[in-house]
Amino acid sequence: MTRFLLPLGLFILLAAVLAIGIRHSPEKGIIASPLLGKPAPPFSLPSLSDPAREVRSADLKGHWYLFNVWGTWCGECRQEHEMLLQVQRAGVVPIIGLDWKDDDTQAVAWLTQLGNPYQLVGTDHSGRVAIDWGVYGAPETFLVSPQGVVVYKHVGALTPDTWTREILPRLSGLPGGKS
Amino acid sequence: MLPELGHFALILALLLAGLQAFFGIAGPAFARDRWTSTVTSAVAGQAVMVATAVVCLVTSFVGNDFSVVYVAENSNSALPLFYRVAALWGAHEGSLLLWILLLAAWTVAVALGSGRLPPRFASRVLGVLGVVSFGFLLFTLATSNPFLRLDPPAPDGRDLNPILQDPGLAVHPPILYTGYVGFAVAFAFACAAMLEGRLDQNWARWTRPWTTTAWSFLTCGIALGSFWAYYELGWGGFWFWDPVENASFMPWLMGTALVHSLAVTDKRGLFKSWTLLLAILAFSLSLLGTFLVRSGVLVSVHSFAADPTRGIFILVFLIIMIGGALTLYAWRAPLLRSPAGFEFGARESFLLFNNVLLVTAAGTVFAGTLAPLISDALKLGTLSVGPPYFNPTFMVSMLPLVALLSVGIHANWKRGRLKDSQRTLLYTFVAAGVLGCGFVFGLHAHAHLLSAVGATLAVWIVLSSLVDPIDRWRRGLTLSRAVLGMTVAHIGLALAAFALTSVQSFTTERDVALAPGATAKVGDYEVRFEGVRPVEGPNYEAVGGTLVVTRHGAPVAVMTPQKRRYWVKGTVKSETAIRLDRGNNVLLALGEDLGGGRWSIRVQIRPLVSLVWIAAFIMALGGALAASDRRYRTARAVATAPEVTGAQIG
Repeated sequence: MTRFLLPLGLFILLAAVLAIGIRHSPEKGIIASPLLGKPAPPFSLPSLSDPAREVRSADLKGHWYLFNVWGTWCGECRQEHEMLLQVQRAGVVPIIGLDWKDDDTQAVAWLTQLGNPYQLVGTDHSGRVAIDWGVYGAPETFLVSPQGVVVYKHVGALTPDTWTREILPRLSGLPGGKS
Repeated sequence: MLPELGHFALILALLLAGLQAFFGIAGPAFARDRWTSTVTSAVAGQAVMVATAVVCLVTSFVGNDFSVVYVAENSNSALPLFYRVAALWGAHEGSLLLWILLLAAWTVAVALGSGRLPPRFASRVLGVLGVVSFGFLLFTLATSNPFLRLDPPAPDGRDLNPILQDPGLAVHPPILYTGYVGFAVAFAFACAAMLEGRLDQNWARWTRPWTTTAWSFLTCGIALGSFWAYYELGWGGFWFWDPVENASFMPWLMGTALVHSLAVTDKRGLFKSWTLLLAILAFSLSLLGTFLVRSGVLVSVHSFAADPTRGIFILVFLIIMIGGALTLYAWRAPLLRSPAGFEFGARESFLLFNNVLLVTAAGTVFAGTLAPLISDALKLGTLSVGPPYFNPTFMVSMLPLVALLSVGIHANWKRGRLKDSQRTLLYTFVAAGVLGCGFVFGLHAHAHLLSAVGATLAVWIVLSSLVDPIDRWRRGLTLSRAVLGMTVAHIGLALAAFALTSVQSFTTERDVALAPGATAKVGDYEVRFEGVRPVEGPNYEAVGGTLVVTRHGAPVAVMTPQKRRYWVKGTVKSETAIRLDRGNNVLLALGEDLGGGRWSIRVQIRPLVSLVWIAAFIMALGGALAASDRRYRTARAVATAPEVTGAQIG
């Protein structure tokens, strides 16, 4: 009768492999970004709070920053917003926002209503900068080193888990994370 | 308001699916016929609710309601109406909804056709389908709700993924999914038989038309997918052994084995437990395909949504469905006895070879698809398996399959007396060798040996398949649709074998850099580049190249491949130009701007490639013919007392 149990046994083995596969899958998203370890693409964009001023990547060199891609049209960004505010309150690293293909009035209303976690927000109406950064969808968050190198990329809403496990260890210069 | 209505309809559908599953399975188990009689109402109600949900979502797409997240992410006000409807299945959430809709349609079809099945058995079948539907509805509502609102609404949508903006998209997924989902019916029949603890030849007769129909749809779906990849991805290949393609191909191989194994169970009452296992595996591979594509476990060119939480849900669902079915199998299959054996050389033995080879092929594809995952799990490093693995291993199991087919169709049931048809086989084989090799080497002096082997075997199949039908026709005997369908499908396979073994050795491909006015010669064709000009589309801007194609100086066509940039997503996509000329597919793709008006252009001349898809459609047509055989309809009318027949034969 054991031969009739064989398919079930093989399936259990397969399920175990798939389960391990799921646990590893978030890392694949990180490996997939070609920007990692490369200099962050330069940009110069009108500021959301004052369109006459510009947010420039050159001015950001010399300290760590998180580069967060968002838009008022993006549902997940709303979920992420509370987490961004917490990051801002922690005061460890400034967040630079990229308001992607958005309406300025709505974006200002959003920040007034929900709170502003960003040190600066650049408005990318054409989506040009997002293309340079290889943004697939909002929200996406990049961690950029003082040397201007992209050291980490997170796809989707930022979670407390990624913050404590992936971003904080990299900021403190301790060996952690897996890249 | 509509999205909320759609959401509510889905929740009601979930409840009805739960009722359908419970009453369908518990009714017969506790011998409560009143429970059993409610099942069809649940089926109808669920179908209405699912259809309502789909209509709501389509209305939101057509009306550009960007307050719905899914619409905002996959549509745009500049998107043509046709694609706004097709965008329904342009991403994960809507694809699932389509899956559920098709499952509901299959379930209704089974319920309508179940009038002649024993009521308890029919109830079990519908109950198992209810379990599948319940799982998918729960998955959709819990992790992938397409009706989520966006507040405040987006001013405009983010547009449909450009590679999906193509007429092929509109038809490919629904047909492919119809095939995928159709195997759920065979799965449900298998589970019902195991729950009942009895499987007779009538069971096989009931299951066959459903399985063959699903198989035909899957065949069409895979062919359309391959065709779509050929002209849309712009690389000029038609099969990439990509995880998503493999995900549809594995159920197909398993389903093909099932179709043949069912024939043996139907005609001879043999292979019972094996048929059950294949029915479980064919659907399991469909589910596994969904898992692989949707969970982000494997990275693929086709995947558009990947999310680990969804992966965990699907994995749990897989474990319940497949694990449950296989447990049932381990428990019930040993009870099934086959009445008699067969001699070596009998038709049964050839169908056994067929099954072993097809399952081996599915196994090698499976191993190759999961190899990256397994090596990752065992910490052996990142490993990628491509065509160098798949092509030869697949060939190893497919060539014997194709070679044995001609002999198999001339073998008798039960007795291994091949002597009767020895002469026919020998004559057809010699004729095939002459014709096949002559054709291949006549066309191309440097053709690969594989092309000659493929052509010979293909001609052999065509000739030997036609011997019996022609003989019957000459003697004035009627030909049943089942036999006709089988013959047509086998001829389709022959054409596919010929095309697949030959297409590569006949292809000419070159990447050329051309300045305006310059000409490149590729094979028998000359391509003159006339320069590029800007093109404005409804939701993209493009540069269009103009190329004049001639064959030995005689004009063939003016072709205009494009390189498009879609505004909203900013994606750049190459739009190939393809022209069929004298059986050759001339494919042109615009590459990079090299400056000074010069462009890199890919020119590919592929003879026979269309034959791959034509062959697949012929196979599907054969399946459709066989499934429509009168025998299945009359058999159901007779099958009102299966207990008696079952006792006699099983």
